[in-house]
Amino acid sequence: MEFIALIGLPLVGALILAVIGENRRAPEINVAFSLTTFLAACALTARVIAEGNLLLIHKQIFIDAFNVFLVTLTAFVGLTTSLFSRPYMRVESEHRRIRPAQLRLYHSMYQLFMATMLIALTSNNMGLMWVAMEAATLSTVLLVTLYRTPASLEAGWKYFVLCGVGIAQALFGTILLYFAAEKILGAEGVSALLWTDLNSVKTQLEPAVLGLAFVFLLVGYGTKVGLAPLHNWLPDAHAEGPTPISAVLSGLLLNVALYAVIRCKVLVEGSLQSDLPGRMLMGFGLLSVVLAALFLWRQKDIKRLFAYSSIEHMGIMTFAFGMGGQVANFAALLHMTVHSLTKSAIFFAVGHAAQKAGSQLMDDIRGLITLSPTVGWGLLLGTVAILGIPPFGVFASEFLILTTAMREQPWATPILLFALGIAFAAIFGRVQPMVFGETTAKRLPHPPALIPVFTHLALVLMLGVFIPPSLAEWYRTAAQLIGGQ
Amino acid sequence: MSLPLDLQILNSLAALLLLVSFAMLSQRRIVTLVNLLAFQGALLCAATLLLAWRTGANHLYVSAGLTLALKVIVLPWLLHRLIRRLDVYWDTEPLLNVAGTMLIGLLIVVFSFGLAQPISELASTATRSSIGIAVAVVLLAFFTMITRRKATSQVVGFLSMENGLFFGAMSATYGMPMIVEFGVALDVLVAMLVLGVFFFQIREQFDSLDLQHLEALKEDR
Repeated sequence: MEFIALIGLPLVGALILAVIGENRRAPEINVAFSLTTFLAACALTARVIAEGNLLLIHKQIFIDAFNVFLVTLTAFVGLTTSLFSRPYMRVESEHRRIRPAQLRLYHSMYQLFMATMLIALTSNNMGLMWVAMEAATLSTVLLVTLYRTPASLEAGWKYFVLCGVGIAQALFGTILLYFAAEKILGAEGVSALLWTDLNSVKTQLEPAVLGLAFVFLLVGYGTKVGLAPLHNWLPDAHAEGPTPISAVLSGLLLNVALYAVIRCKVLVEGSLQSDLPGRMLMGFGLLSVVLAALFLWRQKDIKRLFAYSSIEHMGIMTFAFGMGGQVANFAALLHMTVHSLTKSAIFFAVGHAAQKAGSQLMDDIRGLITLSPTVGWGLLLGTVAILGIPPFGVFASEFLILTTAMREQPWATPILLFALGIAFAAIFGRVQPMVFGETTAKRLPHPPALIPVFTHLALVLMLGVFIPPSLAEWYRTAAQLIGGQ
Repeated sequence: MSLPLDLQILNSLAALLLLVSFAMLSQRRIVTLVNLLAFQGALLCAATLLLAWRTGANHLYVSAGLTLALKVIVLPWLLHRLIRRLDVYWDTEPLLNVAGTMLIGLLIVVFSFGLAQPISELASTATRSSIGIAVAVVLLAFFTMITRRKATSQVVGFLSMENGLFFGAMSATYGMPMIVEFGVALDVLVAMLVLGVFFFQIREQFDSLDLQHLEALKEDR
């Protein structure tokens, strides 16, 4: 029941908004659907906590500690982003950057995008998960090109083609997985693609085939995670689309893609009986961290700056999942949570800041603290949090990852520290004058929505100081599920 | 030792699929490119039908029907309409000349057979020898996408890649479960519709579908 509501509400929302999207109240309807979806996610979580893992609809849906926390996170950030997008999109339409018809597309696709991500997270069928991941790309392509500027069209095309090709690799990987599984589970029904069934026979799966499958799956879903060297689409798509979309792409879609990679890794590791998948994840992760940190220095556009920072953080998580083991997995899950909360909060603040300045170029954004203290503080605190300064949650997770790396993979620690240092200098050096510099810009017609920004930051702060025992327990169970080492 | 007739036909269909991929690699007229894509879809459909008849697997009939409807009729029709409405008939000179492209294509085929070797050895299907061809079709389509400049040609390459993947799934495992095939087909169809809208946006903005215009987003702007 909770599950039907979870998937059904955004789908119905997409339909309704597609019909009445030009209505003046469309943003509020969007918020209402996001809110009810979030409530459904909470109900589902309560049920999983009470009853343990759930298998629904002929075993097509599987919910355990690992994905239910991502479901809640996704629904929560979906809700806050819809709150943020209400005044943001109003200002955009008053600035004549978008027409009412485009606003209808925007609201409808926003709900559809949420639905596809929730399906991808909860699907037990590896094939359906693929379908939902592709649908998530398709529902956002037209949102990236919403402004119809040459740059946004280019970004959309890049996004479509790169992720399309990437996801085709993942389909090949899924076919190989099915090929290996069908020998053991039989071709009757769809059992051979169900993750739970695959997981129970993973030690019998043919290692040679699964190894090959993992390469394709990692490259395929890795493209969507934004792992270097397949990250080219990410900064463009984040920078050129409307800011609420940047926030959900960065805070949610990347997580969902990483989730898919980890699900595959669990199977492949069980079959290979070696740490090869983990090593591959560590390699891609480190490469992304280092490349992103170096590229941060060359950015002039504020949204591109934080898009590269997302690549860096996805790299850190991938690296931690690659190390495997209880502590590293725990840290990676925590990092997933705090990164998506912090990064979306930053994008909210950045969105308002860019609207005030009328430009996304960092040189044009100045003096936020005098112009609009709340936006300025939001951006500053968000930046401080994402850079891993205590007492914010990012510090806790990065600290755990670094200390585990020192123990397990000492060679990687200096590389990580070096990259984190470079990123720190690059981002802080840019944000400081934006917040404190001199300015002449004037106020916005609609008051910015800052509740989402500060709610997110407060949560991140809380996670840095104190993780509620129930949540910690939840992370621990999930970390155990992922295993590794 | 000679193979049964139906297997011989299947193998020739597989060989034809590969041949069509090579033809696509060198073809510069976009209308012909779309026709080749439809032909490739038809070959795929015929191979699926033959395999369905041979194995008696009912879901393969459905899969063949999907291929026929989508890859032979709907998508080529949509593409032809797009070409007419957007008035793009020729691709510009590919990034590499035809001889060079063909040579690299040959190397790709050799590489694909090497890659498919371990899978073919493990497969128990009668069509396992064509897994290599499927991989080659996928990689050749990928190569077509890389060497083309016009958005429409890249899309044709993308769809040809999808054909290769379906053929691979068929040769290795007699097709994916029904629900997955429907999902994939739906995604491909939606992707085409999204692209249609997208092309008009590109066209409106640049007055051309040449992807050279889409190269402004370099790192240091």
